[in-house]
Amino acid sequence: MPITEYKPLIVAFCCNWCSYAGADLAGNNRLQYPADVKIIRVPCSCRVNPTFILRAFQKGADGVIICGCHPGDCHYTSGNYYTRRRMTLLFSMLDFLGIERERTRLEWVSAAEGTKFAATMNDFVKTVASLGENKRLEDLRCKK
Amino acid sequence: MQKVTKDILISKAAGLLDSQTVTRVLGWKRGEFYDDVTPAVFHSREELENGFVFDDFCGANLSKYLIKETAKDDGKILVFLKPCDTYSFNQLLTERRFPRDKVYALGVGCEGMLDSRKIRAVSESVISVRDLGNSVEVETLYDGILTLDRQTLLPDRCQRCKSKKHVAFDELIATDGKILDSNRFDEVEKLEKMTADERYRFWQEQLSRCIRCNACRDVCPACTCEKCVFDNPDSGVANKACANEFEEKMFHIVRAFHVVGRCTDCGECSRVCPQNIPLHLLNRKFIKDINTFYGTYQAGETVGSRAPLVDYNPDDAEPSEVLTGGTHHV
Amino acid sequence: MYKTAKEKLPAVLDAISRYFSLYLPVDYEDGAVFEAYSYGKTLSSKVNTVKSPKEYFFPQTETLVNFKVDGKSLSIIDPRRESEDFVIFGMRACDVKSLAILDRVFLSDPIDTYYENRRRHGIIVSMACSKPAATCFCTTFGIDPSEPDGDAILYLDKDTLYLNIKTEKGAKLLTPLQGIIVDCEQNEVDTQKNLIRERLKKLPLSSLQTTTFSSGKTDDFFSSEVWETLSDTCLGCGSCTYVCPTCHCYDIKDFKTADGIRRFRCWDSCMFSDFTQMSHGNPRTKQSERFRQRFMHKLVYYPTNHDGIFSCVGCGRCLKSCPINMNIVKVMKALGGEGNGKQ
Repeated sequence: MPITEYKPLIVAFCCNWCSYAGADLAGNNRLQYPADVKIIRVPCSCRVNPTFILRAFQKGADGVIICGCHPGDCHYTSGNYYTRRRMTLLFSMLDFLGIERERTRLEWVSAAEGTKFAATMNDFVKTVASLGENKRLEDLRCKK
Repeated sequence: MQKVTKDILISKAAGLLDSQTVTRVLGWKRGEFYDDVTPAVFHSREELENGFVFDDFCGANLSKYLIKETAKDDGKILVFLKPCDTYSFNQLLTERRFPRDKVYALGVGCEGMLDSRKIRAVSESVISVRDLGNSVEVETLYDGILTLDRQTLLPDRCQRCKSKKHVAFDELIATDGKILDSNRFDEVEKLEKMTADERYRFWQEQLSRCIRCNACRDVCPACTCEKCVFDNPDSGVANKACANEFEEKMFHIVRAFHVVGRCTDCGECSRVCPQNIPLHLLNRKFIKDINTFYGTYQAGETVGSRAPLVDYNPDDAEPSEVLTGGTHHV
Repeated sequence: MYKTAKEKLPAVLDAISRYFSLYLPVDYEDGAVFEAYSYGKTLSSKVNTVKSPKEYFFPQTETLVNFKVDGKSLSIIDPRRESEDFVIFGMRACDVKSLAILDRVFLSDPIDTYYENRRRHGIIVSMACSKPAATCFCTTFGIDPSEPDGDAILYLDKDTLYLNIKTEKGAKLLTPLQGIIVDCEQNEVDTQKNLIRERLKKLPLSSLQTTTFSSGKTDDFFSSEVWETLSDTCLGCGSCTYVCPTCHCYDIKDFKTADGIRRFRCWDSCMFSDFTQMSHGNPRTKQSERFRQRFMHKLVYYPTNHDGIFSCVGCGRCLKSCPINMNIVKVMKALGGEGNGKQ
């Protein structure tokens, strides 16, 4: 019997003004990306608190990606610049604790970049799939 | 350099009380043993003479108490600050946590405080400790008198002291020192050079010992929220249960993250940890990253500086560019 | 009384571990820790571990019940399993005594069956303290570290190991130790006992007295002004509570799992701002009130409810762990007047 292909669960925090619209565009254009990417719409990538990311891992995510407007294009002028610093430090800390660096990612996707959105998700899912299940930042109580 | 003694400080403080420059004095109080010094407020010369102490065990950073004390609205308070404490003092001022004009800051020199944990590791029956400069004479109940190398009894934060310079004071007792090149990031670098598996095992082992007493948070001069996120029953992180490995990591990542760019690296978190977890390494990792990615920044060096996380540069690097482990660009 | 050569200690541990789960204090660079025995581990040389061994009977976090939701059906799962006999080896007199204090709370009606189960199965091998630490003051509470309670008492001198079996439970050790230990006279440890008693007299806190405290003295101390001063710089952390062998408050919480709810309890501390949380918050709004609660409980309330027995065993752990070095000894001296504790 063939082994069922492992499908990672991905949480994508998407900025309302760009990446979320980018996801919409990907959908409208029938671009394929795995259904295991769960999108959470946020008003700005800067809304993403480190706790959100940790909580996503706790509740069973195998990878977390944050998508925002391209630098310079933030709907609120500068939110994504703060996001960039914050996420750089958080990702670095997770790496410092020995949690796989590839499980977290920050990408800039505009409302016009439906193709980039789908490609980013496909690539991220592939990367996380190659890592396997999230074991280092899991909460066994949240597993069935 | 003239050594700062208890008597010099008492006469200085009592003089300021007498002249009504200050109404009370925030200092350290002698206890039952050689090492059980308690932060305390003194109101008179007599109280100072009876209990004030300044010796090798005055490690406690008094600056955080100024928030509570100045709120009492009872005139000016004198506070003793060691060089590392002055950084916390400035950082609190930057965050407008207490009014500067209600404090008289007296800078005191420091040659490094002794770590009572290291002394107890030598003998549990120590009844007195005498500082002889480069060595320390320890009197024990069962092993006689031992002479120990002072340097080996210093905690990590003093062995790698970042600065002997007072960055804030109204008056300085003893001559001021310099900012030191202390190699304080050595331990962080050592961990960075390990494989992810090794780092994971290291922190797993360390953090699993956490008993969630919250002392690291409560002592931290940068943790000054009126109500901590971990005291919110709806936060989802049980603040008093060491429920499992996830919660331990969650607590310590968030604790360290909340003080990014504001942590002065005073090392109080590691001093108070009853389980001796090297918590300061998490904070230092953030400081090192900030220095590398966004330019050298020392929290508390000046009042009013803009912390790196509430600042940006359009040319900041992407996480995928600076973090190894490598993500793939589309 | 039984004995064997001291060098046989590893053989003794190994033999016991073949029959029972065995826990013992082991030395680490930053202090001793109670942990499960595995081959090669040796008994700590320290007087006290950083944390007390109470967690083997009253774990810091423990699941009480699981609720499992499946569609419209709800099942209730009891996580309790009959535990097997286990041995805690090398417990000090103070820690053994602390169990008697916890027993009065957990084993009185209604009985805490989680705790009771572990108590029934725990075999305690206590150990006499040949070198009491400078911070020890167990004698203040009438504890004799030369003759601790327990199912069996261990004495170690320069080259001999003595084992005094005290209870039926303790006698369970005789099977694994057959061929390793031999009979001997009770009085062979008298020299060590006397030495310990002499050493106790010389401890810095040997003259600390409890005479001013006792049951029913709530009014005498409750309104005292010293609480404000003593608690002035208290951080409100829980390190004293969590290292204390007699503190026994806990909180019960629900955690939403993948398929239901896990109801668990965890140690709590009266020093925390969210202790005994009610709809209006914590009734003790100031840190001085929380601080007072902890010490009044140990020195006045507990004795009032439990035949005058104090809820402190003088192990000295809080003296070492408090970030600001405020502790029960300072409280007792401040409340007991100037004379208390002065030689």
